[in-house]
Amino acid sequence: MVDHDQEEPFWRKYIFSVDHKVIGLQYAITAMLFLFFGFCLILIMRWNLAYPGEVVPIVGKLLSEEGMLTPDGYNSFGVMHGTIMIFLGVVPLAVGGFGNYVLPLQLGAPDMAFPKINMFSFWSFFVGGIFMLASFFLPQGPASSGWTMYAPLSVIATTGETVWLFGMVFLITSSLLGSINFIATVIQLRTKGLTWMRLPFFVWGQFVTAFLLLLAFPPLEAAAVLQLMDRLAGSSFFMTSGLYVGGEVLEVAGGGSPLLWQHLFWFLAHPEVYVLILPGMGIVAEVITNNTRKPLWGYRSIVYSVIFLGFMSFVVWAHHMFLTGMGTKMAAFFQTTTMIISIPSVIILSALFISLWGGSIRFNTPMLFALGFLPMFGIGGLTGLPLGLASSDIHLHDTYYVIGHFHYVVAPGTIFALFAGIYYWFPKVTGKRMNEGLGKIHFFGSFICMNGVFSPMFIQGLAGISRRLYDGGASYLHAEPVLQWNEFMTMAALGLGFFQFFFIANLFISLAKGEKVSSNPWKATTLDWAATPTPPLPHVNFENIPEVYRGPYEYSMNGGGNGQKDFTPQHESVKD
Amino acid sequence: MQIPYTVKVRPDTGLYNAKLGIWLFLASEVMLFGGLFSAYILLRSGATSWFVGSEELSVPIGTFNTFVLILSSVTVVMSWASLRMNDLKKYKMYMGLTILLGLVFLVVKVLFEYMPKIEHHHIPSSHNFFAIYFVLTGLHALHVIGGLIVNGYLWGPGSKMWDTDPEQFLNRIEVAGLYWHFVDIIWIFLFPTLYLL
Repeated sequence: MVDHDQEEPFWRKYIFSVDHKVIGLQYAITAMLFLFFGFCLILIMRWNLAYPGEVVPIVGKLLSEEGMLTPDGYNSFGVMHGTIMIFLGVVPLAVGGFGNYVLPLQLGAPDMAFPKINMFSFWSFFVGGIFMLASFFLPQGPASSGWTMYAPLSVIATTGETVWLFGMVFLITSSLLGSINFIATVIQLRTKGLTWMRLPFFVWGQFVTAFLLLLAFPPLEAAAVLQLMDRLAGSSFFMTSGLYVGGEVLEVAGGGSPLLWQHLFWFLAHPEVYVLILPGMGIVAEVITNNTRKPLWGYRSIVYSVIFLGFMSFVVWAHHMFLTGMGTKMAAFFQTTTMIISIPSVIILSALFISLWGGSIRFNTPMLFALGFLPMFGIGGLTGLPLGLASSDIHLHDTYYVIGHFHYVVAPGTIFALFAGIYYWFPKVTGKRMNEGLGKIHFFGSFICMNGVFSPMFIQGLAGISRRLYDGGASYLHAEPVLQWNEFMTMAALGLGFFQFFFIANLFISLAKGEKVSSNPWKATTLDWAATPTPPLPHVNFENIPEVYRGPYEYSMNGGGNGQKDFTPQHESVKD
Repeated sequence: MQIPYTVKVRPDTGLYNAKLGIWLFLASEVMLFGGLFSAYILLRSGATSWFVGSEELSVPIGTFNTFVLILSSVTVVMSWASLRMNDLKKYKMYMGLTILLGLVFLVVKVLFEYMPKIEHHHIPSSHNFFAIYFVLTGLHALHVIGGLIVNGYLWGPGSKMWDTDPEQFLNRIEVAGLYWHFVDIIWIFLFPTLYLL
């Protein structure tokens, strides 16, 4: 056992660290850089949608000699935007970042259950990210067959696809190791008295997420292996006989099934949607209870809902495939399960809404983002219902409506929750509070611009504009009435980028000279705030491991008026 | 700070950390091979032509390898049991046997199965039957190799831990044994699926 009282060398302390807090920050910083990069990709694409084929300002020379985004480049950027945002941005920030940093603290654990595996998990993620970035430097560019990599197009695609698959194998390994660590930590390292029904909802969100990652990712790994075989060993897992490419019959044995890829892919990718949203819900639950100074409404029902949601997410995947001709019986089954899975989501969202009722709400920046999350996720969820029904999906499939739907879930949904989390836990990490003024500009600016970007997509989608058009529909007659929205959305996206600089500036300014805070600035009840020094010391989370005597959200339980303390931390025993 | 339950069992869960970890890992492995078995079913049910496994693959060699792996599963349990009875010598013998049997499995697989198939041009690009055969058995062989490396470490340099921390060493053997059983079980599903059906 390493003696941590001694000073560790730099590389051990900050680079190959096994401390969950350092690893959490490594994940969070890397993921934020990737989020920024993925956002830049989409800005370039949006520019092209508003002004097809025109020279892109500032970065044009990097894209092509003429300074415009080429159609091939557009395809590649679409793939890489999706891949980077999901696998290298949101999930690593929500699970790798917040999960690693906060989870052991909320559990009263000294670290994760397997610290070395935790370190390996981060570096595997890092290598996967390097693969994805390196593919931009390939002569024919990165993968370009849609982020879903549908076969047979992906099998005959250029080398970028192979690199993408290798990158994915590393990313899958990373999340596999991470999820084992998370589950083992929650089950084994809960402190004394922290029973299942006393866990903060954030922990529940991470716990169910880890199960989804653990069980849903391996089939995609299997699919990646099969596609690599198709590409490198010439097998025909996803290739039917008699395929024509460029006017000539493709020389493969054939007999495979492109549908097989879709099944394996969506078996991962639907649970992945809940991987994206559940950590966000966990963060929002923490922030809302803390700032309404009220217990979470219906704690038990939302815990059972989130578990049920986890189970159900494994049996809805084919609602992404209604147009593949899989038959009405299959469609009927998956429509039913899809409608059922909306019930727990609605329970959770309703419970969060009802938690607001009668509270004396503190409208600080994390709370604003959490409040923004509620209606935005609501819009994202409700617009998903028509996509879950085969008859309406036939019209909406592969249009901008779909893009609008899932971006409402992920962008003003999850990403707002993540912002709430950053503003909320920043004092824990640094001992300083983030600037409220800049935070509010960031929130209101982002809120307006997010809606400006994504709500016109519903209009365009209902008009039938396909999501994959290089010119945003300019060459189609039916797109003409809704074409003017393209410029509007691009302007909103640029505005969204502009308001993120307030966030970036806020991070650095607050880090340098933010207002110093006490160890529990938000007057929170959970162990991460109440029982540890702020910021926590490396390798030492608790001087003495605390014991837990009560539930996670005991706010305003004993009056609280007249300057009395209105909260009771989990580790305060009855006699205190 | 020391992480709790790395060696000792947590009373309310009845597990030490690594044992829970390996079970979770095996659960994900079930999903990995489950995905591939599903792929096999979907490919076969949709194929216009499919080979009869027993005609293309050698059932006697497959049966032999099945027994080799089952035997190695027995020896790995024996090695753990010997260690529990504080007999390091017997542990080394049984663990050595386990490794040897694993090697026999791989050698037979490569020399008498893969090589002749490649010679006859029965390779992944010729038909999906061979493609899925190579993927499933190849991935399984990789798991065997991984297990051999771990077992080899626990047999050789890793066994020094017996002197310093016998309890944790015993746990390690148990965890490695669980993994080795899993590799065996995968083969028990692979063999009838590919060779007999």
